[in-house]
Amino acid sequence: MTQIAPTRRAMFKAAGTLAVGFYLAPRGALGQAAPATPEVNAWVVIHPDDRVVLRMARAEMGQGTRTGLAQMIAEELHCDWSKISTEYVTPGQSLARNRAWGAFLTAGSQGIRQSQDYVRRGGAAARIMLIEAAAAQWGVAPDQCTAKDSVITHAPTGRTLRYGALAAAASRLTPPNPVPLKEPRDWTVIGQSLPRLDTADKTTGKQVYGMDLKMPGMLVAVPRRSPVFGGKLQSFNAAAVTGMPGVKHVLQVGDAAVAVVADSFWQAKTALDALPIVWDPGENGQVSSASIDARLTEGLTATEAFIGNQQGDARAAIAAAPRRIEAVYSYPFQNHAPMEPMNATVVWTATRCDVWCPTQNGEAALAATAAAAGLPQTACDVHRMDLGGGFGRRTTHDWLADAVLIARQLPGVPVKTMWTREEDMVQGRYHPVTKAKMTAGIDANGEITGLHMRISGQSILTFAFPGGLQNGRDPVQFQGLNATGAESAIGYTFPNLLIDHAMRNTHVPPHFWRGVNHNQNAIYLECFLDEVAHATNQEPLALRRKLMGNHPKHLAVLNAVAERIGWTTPPPAGVFRGIAQQMGFGSYVAAAAEVSVNARGILKIHRIVAATDSGVAVNPKQIEMQVEGSFVYGLSALLYGACTVKDGAMVETNFDTYNVLRMDEMPKIETIVMPSGGFWGGVGEPTIMVAAPAVLNAIFAATGRRIRSVPLKDQDLRRA
Amino acid sequence: MAKLHINGSVVEVNAAPDTPLLWALRDHAGMTGTKYGCGVAACGACTVHLDGHAVRSCALPISAITETQRIVTIEGLSPEGNHPIQVAWRALDVPQCGFCQSGMIMAAAALLAEKPRPTDADIDAAMSNICRCGTYNRVRAGIHQAAAGITG
Repeated sequence: MTQIAPTRRAMFKAAGTLAVGFYLAPRGALGQAAPATPEVNAWVVIHPDDRVVLRMARAEMGQGTRTGLAQMIAEELHCDWSKISTEYVTPGQSLARNRAWGAFLTAGSQGIRQSQDYVRRGGAAARIMLIEAAAAQWGVAPDQCTAKDSVITHAPTGRTLRYGALAAAASRLTPPNPVPLKEPRDWTVIGQSLPRLDTADKTTGKQVYGMDLKMPGMLVAVPRRSPVFGGKLQSFNAAAVTGMPGVKHVLQVGDAAVAVVADSFWQAKTALDALPIVWDPGENGQVSSASIDARLTEGLTATEAFIGNQQGDARAAIAAAPRRIEAVYSYPFQNHAPMEPMNATVVWTATRCDVWCPTQNGEAALAATAAAAGLPQTACDVHRMDLGGGFGRRTTHDWLADAVLIARQLPGVPVKTMWTREEDMVQGRYHPVTKAKMTAGIDANGEITGLHMRISGQSILTFAFPGGLQNGRDPVQFQGLNATGAESAIGYTFPNLLIDHAMRNTHVPPHFWRGVNHNQNAIYLECFLDEVAHATNQEPLALRRKLMGNHPKHLAVLNAVAERIGWTTPPPAGVFRGIAQQMGFGSYVAAAAEVSVNARGILKIHRIVAATDSGVAVNPKQIEMQVEGSFVYGLSALLYGACTVKDGAMVETNFDTYNVLRMDEMPKIETIVMPSGGFWGGVGEPTIMVAAPAVLNAIFAATGRRIRSVPLKDQDLRRA
Repeated sequence: MAKLHINGSVVEVNAAPDTPLLWALRDHAGMTGTKYGCGVAACGACTVHLDGHAVRSCALPISAITETQRIVTIEGLSPEGNHPIQVAWRALDVPQCGFCQSGMIMAAAALLAEKPRPTDADIDAAMSNICRCGTYNRVRAGIHQAAAGITG
């Protein structure tokens, strides 16, 4: 397994001096010379006793990437699966080796699909080198040798050699070039529902998360940042708390935060709660959810907008149509709320900075560390811990930068910075807020002549990655709505179509979020199509099919869920159905939901059938788990997810006011995994986007109420 | 100096009386298997057993616990990690990120101790822990599987 236990492995030779580089020598104490690394290549380490260690650049946050990537390497390595384990490489190691492990970013459902080619080649190259080493030892031709279960056999003589006995020799050979890969029809590991590699320690409490780290002499810091985004720290009265139990320091952090440093979390938190702090809210102190909504509403009819998808002349077609259907939808800010609040453990000296933290992007974490530490990246490193949830929050490192700024004031002292849940809730990087005005022109036969989808609201890239803007346009805004492409193309062909975005940014920082812009885009389009179907007396599935003739993969998953849920047969008494489809993260997904709503307006979601075509299905059981998980996340957002703004700050501070779906509300989930081959789609996110529209459409069927604003906790669901 | 009976041993904890049991366990007794998720008894990540009942340790000050009350944490649930719930959890690969699972397992174990063959309604009532990864259906299946193993 990959956890580090700094209490055993980190050794401080003297105050202020951290011996580092232990990651490749996990069995040796720090400060000793590292033993010869039995590395065949960057991805594969084989020990003399045949243990196989597969190296990981992408992060495990529950989504099963570790197991999936191990399957990819093992498929080509032909190793004994029972002898494998995995370890994280650090971004510092990768930097020193010319990015030998490629990207570390684990987001956008791309952990496997974006690295599948080179990790498979890593496994294949290692196998070829092991075979060559055996052939050389026997003095035979490599093509007379085969590899299976970590043993190489010379077929003509029946001689065998174990991988563990060959690894050292293999590592000295020239890597093959090119490296051929197996054909998918020959796969025996990819496509299998193998058990996860990381389950056992998660059932005994042994799994070490960032929050659990302990180091000799470690202090705990609990920070508080200006509750109004963009506000400043005006003053604080440290003397009021310096005498409290365990309190060691009260530190200013940058110009907008303060932290109490103590022997333990509870001492630091208690003192922080007692610390008199004066904030300067600045220019954002008057912003509210209502003022943001007014700004977005203005954007719905603004003249200027960035075009995302344009076919024909939708405005003219709508203007000329005898009938028009209009609806305005909205979608709120939402916090990621991973179970493990933000944390990082940092040791800073004038010449070196090491951090231990859960992150979805080790390389970005290293850059953030170096910038905050005032040191070059080569003098820093990030030792990654498995994440207690990520969902996009841990792709950005504001929390890490603050942790480094705290430790920088205490040279040589290990400082674990831990956010309270309250800090996590009000200092988030939120799901962006948007509204959409949907307008359809309808001809005399009830057919759509043109569709205009005007989105108004926040751009993630403008805040987080302005370099990704295209002449000011944020392409991420149009997830699931693009005209073409292998990532997220729309599944319908309209006679005339215009999808555009009036960018209306706010002071609340937006960020990527599981499914992110797909989540509202799917509600806007799939629920509005449902509206059009009912307004024109068309059956919702039939209307969709009519528009999907050019989109066979979208249609296939939609048909699959319709068939499984029995769309053409009546549901149980009192139960109503809704359906939705979309493409995202390279995969095609659809969902069909069955719900009931009682006379008091209480919703029960009975069952959701989901279909996923991810091209290749690396581990079908893992896909099932991701589908179930994505629905919990998506339904939590639908039922409860809203962060509201008052006086410039976030109102909801904990799970008591930011509730999420729990066991008693969890529907039965039936997952259809239907890989059609030939492409690699993601699975961590895609199905989240069809959960909410399928349920909303079912709610309409049950109640006659068209819900255009979520979450449902704020809506009256009694029969209209 | 408070004395707490944790996993079969009496442990002296040098913490302020208002310190929640969660932090006494994590920061003073050195047992980090019990997790902090919310601090307001809303998520269940901190669930431990107090005299056999599931309690949320983040909102339970150590001053409210006597030396004779038996505290059991995830580390002490079973000697080899082989409580039927833990066995079922591994068989079904229940955890995803795993951060909530110590609390889930402790809540499930307390439920089974009280109701060896819980119904789905019993599970709904007893298992109000939050999981953001979305393991609920596998948690439910795991409880049923463990229950089937216990009774027959």
